[in-house]
Amino acid sequence: MAKIIQRQKLVPNIHLIEVEAPEVARKARPGQFVILMPDERGERIPLTLADWDAEKGTATSVFMVVGTSTEKLSRLKAGDELPVYVGPLGRPAEIGYFGTVLCAGGCFGIGAIFPLARAYKQAGNRVLTLLDARARYLLYWEDKLRKVSDEVHLALRDDQILPQEYIPYRLKELMARGEKIDRVHVVGCTYLMSSCSEATRPLGIKTIVSLNPIMLDGTGMCGACRVSVGGGTKFACVDGPDFDGHLVDWNELYARRKAYLEEETRSLCEWEKTLFPGENKL
Amino acid sequence: MSEKEELTPELKARLKEEYQKPWRQELRRAVPAKERTKIPRQKMPERPPEVRNRDFCEVNLGLEKEVAQLEARRCLDCANPACVQGCPVSIDIPSFVKLIEAGEFILAARKIKETNSLPAICGRVCPQETQCEAVCNLKKVAGVPVAIGNLERFVADYERRNGEIFVPSLPPATGKKVAVIGAGPAGLTVAGELAKKGHQVTIFEALHVAGGVLVYGIPEFRLPKSILQAEVDYLKRLGVEIKLNFVVGKTATLDDLRAEGYEAFFIGTGAGLPNFMKIPGENLIGVYSANEYLTRVNLMRAYDFPRYDTPVIIGRQVAVIGGGNVAMDSVRTAKRLGAKRAMIIYRRSRHEMPAREEEVKHAEEEGIEFHFLTVPIRYIGDEYGRVRAMECQRMELGEPDSSGRRRPIPVPGSEFITEVDLAVVAIGQSPNPLIPQTTAGLKVGKWGNVEVDWSTMATNVEGVYAGGDIVRGGATVILAMGDGRRAAASIDDFLRNKKQS
Repeated sequence: MAKIIQRQKLVPNIHLIEVEAPEVARKARPGQFVILMPDERGERIPLTLADWDAEKGTATSVFMVVGTSTEKLSRLKAGDELPVYVGPLGRPAEIGYFGTVLCAGGCFGIGAIFPLARAYKQAGNRVLTLLDARARYLLYWEDKLRKVSDEVHLALRDDQILPQEYIPYRLKELMARGEKIDRVHVVGCTYLMSSCSEATRPLGIKTIVSLNPIMLDGTGMCGACRVSVGGGTKFACVDGPDFDGHLVDWNELYARRKAYLEEETRSLCEWEKTLFPGENKL
Repeated sequence: MSEKEELTPELKARLKEEYQKPWRQELRRAVPAKERTKIPRQKMPERPPEVRNRDFCEVNLGLEKEVAQLEARRCLDCANPACVQGCPVSIDIPSFVKLIEAGEFILAARKIKETNSLPAICGRVCPQETQCEAVCNLKKVAGVPVAIGNLERFVADYERRNGEIFVPSLPPATGKKVAVIGAGPAGLTVAGELAKKGHQVTIFEALHVAGGVLVYGIPEFRLPKSILQAEVDYLKRLGVEIKLNFVVGKTATLDDLRAEGYEAFFIGTGAGLPNFMKIPGENLIGVYSANEYLTRVNLMRAYDFPRYDTPVIIGRQVAVIGGGNVAMDSVRTAKRLGAKRAMIIYRRSRHEMPAREEEVKHAEEEGIEFHFLTVPIRYIGDEYGRVRAMECQRMELGEPDSSGRRRPIPVPGSEFITEVDLAVVAIGQSPNPLIPQTTAGLKVGKWGNVEVDWSTMATNVEGVYAGGDIVRGGATVILAMGDGRRAAASIDDFLRNKKQS
């Protein structure tokens, strides 16, 4: 059992969860993830580590509510316990000096990109951070990321949905002003990662993506998380989660992410009914 | 890697001593051998196929007391019991069988537990027909061996149901800390043996339930979870600590644990890396590894979706690729989850199938289709990336290969397409690389298996032992437990000698 230190809504639908997990906090490296279960009947869900404190013995993730298990998670509070919290899993990101590194994050990835930006900065890189949110009120951790970045650029769509308000366009803008980017690292939804990879492909900039396929055990045992990369099959949990975005078979990943859309909807409906037992008798 | 080992002189002496005990002599005299050979083998009662293939309750019901005693009477109580030699952990089979005949069921259970701490599990999942029962002398005389496996199961269940699980008195604590990595059959065995020697044992398990393949792989209808739970509780009563949700190699490395004061290690992390065939379409939705399929259903209880959150694809036309026990478990699971057609696709013939005879028989009774000499060559998907069909090719058998089985050869022009909406790949696994990758200097073989000295199960790193599928690549529960026993004896020696130095 792992005790929750805090669970906080950052912006609508996106929450932070900090858990007492001294062993995870001690070993955590940028790019790694944990697997947790919100309760005994929940799914095992992978969440990227967004921060950790080895001294305090806690680890933090940012997650978006998408299905039953994340919905359950969003209702837990400080002092509650998680039956499963295991990690850190996956290979750590390759951190080193590359020159100028562009870190792009959207959605839960704004949280997940934070330790990467911090590590790239500590390794002496010039760090440009790009954050994507549909509107300003969905943006969080901007201050935190400013502290570890040389520049922070925003792609927000408050007023109008314009092409220039998406990260790939912002990236091209930076290139147009003469910025030499040596490496791009993207964390967020599959669309954000694939569109950024497509934007950098013609420019030949090495682009690392942190994939988030469906997982079960997270130790290589089941193969649920397999992705096609460079013509071969990889297990995201043990071979990744970081891969070269130019080599990923994005269409396959899109399809596999949606494998259980119907079941997930049904599960959520059934579970929501249990929240209102009195109104369930038709 | 043959397991038909010669019995040690000590074991031979002990067997002889038991054989000559007066009560055994009396029992032998009470019924003449000739009469014993005339008793037919007692059948294991089973639930009817058309009922059991709709639920996950156990197929076999277990023997009644009187039936078990009658079966035990068939045993000739040979002076040179071949059965003991056929057992990978050398259980004193004649002694426990004769205790059943005498009606001493609890003593029979304890007799087995002297050498096998998990009899309720072995009685259910061991391939007795290729081990103890294969060499039973009664088989030579009367054609049908004593049902040793069913009797083992009977006494273990009797002991559990009567609430008389015996916890031996433990020797004084040695103060030595042992880390067992992986709570599967090998790890559980090592932990039990070493706890009984007074060592302080901690099991580190990556998943959230102890049991390894016994919990995520073998389905409820073959091994009920409550039985495994009873065995795990027994270990806890012996003082074994179980740390769940702890991935050695990630949460802490083996060397980290050494720094924390653990003096000996057992790696029993299993063959946790599923093999695929590397054919087109294998990453379509609806193509699972057997590990994923069984884990969703058994460990995550997807059969009870949406009460449990984890879903599983419910196939109407299901193809399971492979011919081993894992393939049988998968295909029978698919049938239970509502498949109209549940098919085994196996590239060789029935004769070469590695699955246990009993599992194949049960599967056939339950309406499973068998397609022999057939191999899939690609999966065909729809516009949503879901599998809809499978192209197969027929095979014929050629010359024997290195495994001694005749090699399947594709028949040109024999390709055909069959509709499937779920395919489960059950063609074996490779050893999990997490520990070898993160343990400095640990020697591994060409398949990624940890290399050991087979007599002691010691790896090339001092104080580090290994056994089960991480060493063998893919074997049985009882072989893993046999490794565990040998490793436990060596670890005990190692710790005691270390003390003196």
